[in-house]
Amino acid sequence: MWTERSIEHEKASRARVGRLRPQAFRLPVLAILAPFLPATLPSAVCFAQQTRIGNVTGSLKRGKELYRRYCVGCHGVLGNGQGENAPYLDPRPRDFTAGVFKCRSTDTGHIPTDMDLYETLGRGLHASAMPSWFPLTRQQRIDLIAYVKTFSPRFHEEKPEPVVPVPPEPPASPESLNRGLEIFKKMECAKCHGLSGRGDGPSASTLTDSKDRPIVPYDFTTGERFKCGQTNQDLYRIFMTGLDGTPMPSYLKDLKPDQAWDLVHYLRTLQMNYENSANNGAVKTSPARQPGRSIRNALRAVSGSK
Amino acid sequence: MKRSRLCVLTIAASILSNPPLHKGGTVSEEAGQTLVPVVRAEATGTLTGLVKLDGPAPKGKPINMAKEPICVKAHPTPPLTEEVVAGANGTLQNAIVYISEGVPNSTFDPPSDPVVIEQKGCQFHPHVVALQSNQKLQVVNSDPTSHNIHPLPSNNREWNRSQPPGLPPLEESFAREEIAIPVKCNIHAWMRCYIAVFKHPYFSVTGATGSFSLKNLPPGNYAIAAWHEKFGTLTQKVTIAAGETKTLDFVFKPRANMSE
Repeated sequence: MWTERSIEHEKASRARVGRLRPQAFRLPVLAILAPFLPATLPSAVCFAQQTRIGNVTGSLKRGKELYRRYCVGCHGVLGNGQGENAPYLDPRPRDFTAGVFKCRSTDTGHIPTDMDLYETLGRGLHASAMPSWFPLTRQQRIDLIAYVKTFSPRFHEEKPEPVVPVPPEPPASPESLNRGLEIFKKMECAKCHGLSGRGDGPSASTLTDSKDRPIVPYDFTTGERFKCGQTNQDLYRIFMTGLDGTPMPSYLKDLKPDQAWDLVHYLRTLQMNYENSANNGAVKTSPARQPGRSIRNALRAVSGSK
Repeated sequence: MKRSRLCVLTIAASILSNPPLHKGGTVSEEAGQTLVPVVRAEATGTLTGLVKLDGPAPKGKPINMAKEPICVKAHPTPPLTEEVVAGANGTLQNAIVYISEGVPNSTFDPPSDPVVIEQKGCQFHPHVVALQSNQKLQVVNSDPTSHNIHPLPSNNREWNRSQPPGLPPLEESFAREEIAIPVKCNIHAWMRCYIAVFKHPYFSVTGATGSFSLKNLPPGNYAIAAWHEKFGTLTQKVTIAAGETKTLDFVFKPRANMSE
């Protein structure tokens, strides 16, 4: 499974990726067009970016060929999420033209980084029809990201920042679980996710996504992987950045990093079937790799102390 | 290096091709590259008028806030939906009147005062706000419950922030013109308001009397539009002479507009 063997590699390359470079081949066309554009546009156009992850650069030409072969059935030729399979899918395929993505390391309202898109592509989106594209080569996945970015002008006009920092995780403890529970109550997560995390809060049945289609909140008790990754760092990022395009808001301005980690620890206790689902799937996880384990021990300590 | 030089060239080319000159004003070049229009005060005109509804106004329906007991408690009787708020003589509240064509081609600095939306009694107040691009928007939560503020723009960044009770106001802004951005609170599905963003200062939201007033208009030919969330947009042409005060009324016809 890619997450197991490549996660360290990905982390290393995430650290290696520096500032992205301007996209050379677009500029001559823009220079000709510029006089006809409103005055505000050209300065924004200078953000135009190349897709580059580590030392691999994405090719638009190859990306288009791959897209037409693998993605077009659901996401459509125009990238608007209206491919011929779209009516049969729930949730519906992403509309790339809006430039709005769930899984980001950037603050709410901002475009994702290339690495965010690359990781989503490799991971797939759990509980949706989007599979993992890890079977494609690294180069092919980066080519696809380069092409997918052309559907929205946002990728030429905006920068993928600010990135939400994820500080090192403090150890889980009975105290941090109790503090996490208080934060769960104060942030009123239960409004949608329910008191026990079943996704059955009072507002759950009324939720709609940004295209006004019904959408359900995550049910923690299934123990299923989150859409945007399964590590504690991913969980931290999910509620701090928010899942744009869905009702899940960003809590970045409401929570300090320590509080956010307490909440992560508490949320893991709601995933009662986490270990089971991990073992039933294709993933063979070693005990050390099970994020819930240390927290579950802490939880036992809490219930034992009462 | 070469690329950054190209960028500078494209910026320069576009500024030169869009000279921000207009009738009735002169343009002064300030320090740096900002171009600020200087309009003589005595030369400007004013446009006032009413926005009305032709025929009986649909009545608001009581909002069912049962999903949130705190919201129910905040109101002695259930509040009514605010899609159509009509006054005496069919005047319409929450309509936006603005210049849609003929705005002097120059940049307008946003006012330094923020526009404030308050969440109170599980409703947004006011229901319709208008501001200039890059002007600060402040969102206040006065309720003892959490809200999430989720604008759904088509031409601006879509963001979604939670605001539990007792936290400081959120500050955001919108970069591009858009009329009007619907705003949701996903936790409370009945909550909705609209934010209109203009690149110029010539707009007015009608209050309880349905009246609007556009001030400091440089003389010229304009298309004036009135927007309403339920009834759509009406446009009229008008010519403003130097120092002139004109009146202009907009009458929405519900059936004709709603069938569109």
